[in-house]
Amino acid sequence: MSNSFLRKLIFDEKIRSLVVQTLIIGIFALIIYLITQQTAYNLEKRGIGTGFGFLNMSAGYDISIRLIPYTSESTHFRAYLVGLINTLMISICGCFLATILGFLVGIIRLSSNWLFRNIAYVYVEFTRNVPVLLQIILYYTILLYLPKIKQALVLFDTFYITNRGIYSPSPIFKDGFSIVAWSFVIAIIFTIFLKKYFKKKQEQTGKQYPIFYVNSALIIFTPIIFFYIMGMPLDFDHPILKGFNFKGGMVVRPEFMGMLLGLSIYTAAFISETVRSGIMSVSKGQREASQALGLKNNLVLRLIVIPQALRVIIPPLTSQYLNLTKNSSLGIAIGYADLVHGFGGISLNQTGKAIEIMSMVMVTYLTISLTISLFMNIYNKAVQFKGNA
Amino acid sequence: MSSSISFTHNKYYSWCRNNLFSSWINGIITILSIYFIYEVSSFFLNWTIFEADFVNNFRGEKITDRTFCSKNIEPGQHGACWAIIIVRFHQFIYGFYPVEEAWRVNLVYGLLPFALVGIFFDNLPFRKYFIYFTFLFPFIGYFLLYGGAGLDVVGTSKWGGLLVTLFLGVTGILLAFPLSIILALGRRSKMPVIKTICIIFIEFIRGVPLITLLFTANVMLPLFLPEGVRPDNLLRALVAVTLFQSAYMAEAIRGGLQAIPKGQLEAAQSLGLTYWQSTRKIILPQALKISIPPIVNTCIGLFKDTSLVLIIGLFDLLGVGRAAVADIDWAKLHYEVYVFISLVFFIFCFGMSRYSLYLEKKLKTDNS
Repeated sequence: MSNSFLRKLIFDEKIRSLVVQTLIIGIFALIIYLITQQTAYNLEKRGIGTGFGFLNMSAGYDISIRLIPYTSESTHFRAYLVGLINTLMISICGCFLATILGFLVGIIRLSSNWLFRNIAYVYVEFTRNVPVLLQIILYYTILLYLPKIKQALVLFDTFYITNRGIYSPSPIFKDGFSIVAWSFVIAIIFTIFLKKYFKKKQEQTGKQYPIFYVNSALIIFTPIIFFYIMGMPLDFDHPILKGFNFKGGMVVRPEFMGMLLGLSIYTAAFISETVRSGIMSVSKGQREASQALGLKNNLVLRLIVIPQALRVIIPPLTSQYLNLTKNSSLGIAIGYADLVHGFGGISLNQTGKAIEIMSMVMVTYLTISLTISLFMNIYNKAVQFKGNA
Repeated sequence: MSSSISFTHNKYYSWCRNNLFSSWINGIITILSIYFIYEVSSFFLNWTIFEADFVNNFRGEKITDRTFCSKNIEPGQHGACWAIIIVRFHQFIYGFYPVEEAWRVNLVYGLLPFALVGIFFDNLPFRKYFIYFTFLFPFIGYFLLYGGAGLDVVGTSKWGGLLVTLFLGVTGILLAFPLSIILALGRRSKMPVIKTICIIFIEFIRGVPLITLLFTANVMLPLFLPEGVRPDNLLRALVAVTLFQSAYMAEAIRGGLQAIPKGQLEAAQSLGLTYWQSTRKIILPQALKISIPPIVNTCIGLFKDTSLVLIIGLFDLLGVGRAAVADIDWAKLHYEVYVFISLVFFIFCFGMSRYSLYLEKKLKTDNS
């Protein structure tokens, strides 16, 4: 009896896998139990309590780059929010800039001009083979060597470039500006319907309509007309040098610029490679066939090549966006107040709540990553082949 | 007439015509490109070589601190001052490793290529012995670097510069490799518990930045372990780096596993091979071969990411560089230091990426 049970244990796949899995669950449970016991003991010995109560305590440190009100008396939770917003801000700006730069370089890489495409090649090889952290630090250093505030570089009498940031006028919205903004939104919605209508017309009659020109004109001129009708409800607050600093206006700090440059220049090199291979994956026959049908060059690109290339480009592009977002955590090296720098760094040092804070930071990054994946997957589905073809 | 024919027959002429001046727009782009290349390269070459200081400044004095740099004596007229690299060369390569013991590091650097060729080139004579050496190397290397048994002990806090960068990169990759195979196989396992654990581990690690893992290892590892056990900073970083790398490598290997047709496993099983036999002898050799290029790409990524350890206070190449520019004697020589470090990283990473390309080409010809 016992002999047959042993035989089953070794040779019956179902029972064997059941035993193995139970064993693994047991081992994991044991390890987790031991670690929690040890951690609880260590924490008690160091006099660090557990729990998230510290989030309501005053943080006591200042954050210079912030989009929402924050003072040193604000709570740790407020510091978390400021950091989260800064992380999101740099990630979104970085992805945007990296995409533009990456597509540009990717297209240049396919240029028929030997010299031109090799300049792009050198750029790609040099930026993607040097650590992004080193690049961020390097660009930040360059920004710190810009002229001091007293000798600020002035562009068009409005922008002041200094080693403490780029100062520019900030807009002041007066009454009635919301109407201008709304007219812009309505114009965009209107153009979407117009495009559908024109397309339907084209399918019925075969006649082509200048959709692009009409829509661009609508989007550009509607807000301008409303701007003048409402009596130009926009003013600018110019930065003025007072004492050792500028008063008024807006400022883009060198920490932000350094992060933005580092992240986007580095990621753009990778994006350009995916763009290049995406465009190259569209077979030459597709291009030749569409030319044979009499399509103009830009139409070939817009209607034939790009839609097919996007299918190849989107999945690796998603992972580049994810990488950029994760790399935005390097702000700590140059003092950009992102999630890891403020909340994960200073708050952690002050409160000693390593477990709570690190798990909050990690869960936040996981959520951001999953959200980006989700949206890019939806977009990916939209551009993939429809049907069984 | 005849001259135009002779021109078009000249292969250089026709190459230029096709690749540089195929249309007038292309011609303009070419001229602008030449101008751009001239400006950039003349600036860069002047700065790095022709107008730069190496050991002595333009007056012929030996440079011992920044005040001797030509560019600080005559601002705006001279290029880089490489003396900072030369004076601190030992720190860049060995960190704070004792000078008289540096031969041990040199020996490890010298043995490293022998440990790696076995993995990289499969048509090597006596490859088997090289592979044995690869497995022995971490132990030999650790003994040589750390010391003990006759050699003076040099604590890891004295390691630094390229040594730490290479140590974390190479050891991280070697340790992560077996772990990643287990993870990749586990992710495709039929047992739901194993599969779930592997998926959660891989996706978790891939979803968070390396810096949070380094922080976690740095502050949480001491909390998890009994009081007597205090892994030093370098070891903590190594744990984080290894786990990080294993998740990414596992995904590269999974790609390879997915590319193996199902028939291979079925055929192996119908021959009576068990799961482990068929995996070890049939599936893995094929899967690993095609996943080497993506694995090398993750290795390039890891090698660059080792620079992150400076944030948790380790002195890797970049960390030593930052310490060098913070030194009051050599202050404000940022560009020299960062350009030098960039160059070191570039050489390693570019070399690895060339190797990956070579492999991809070889795989293509092997399969056709």
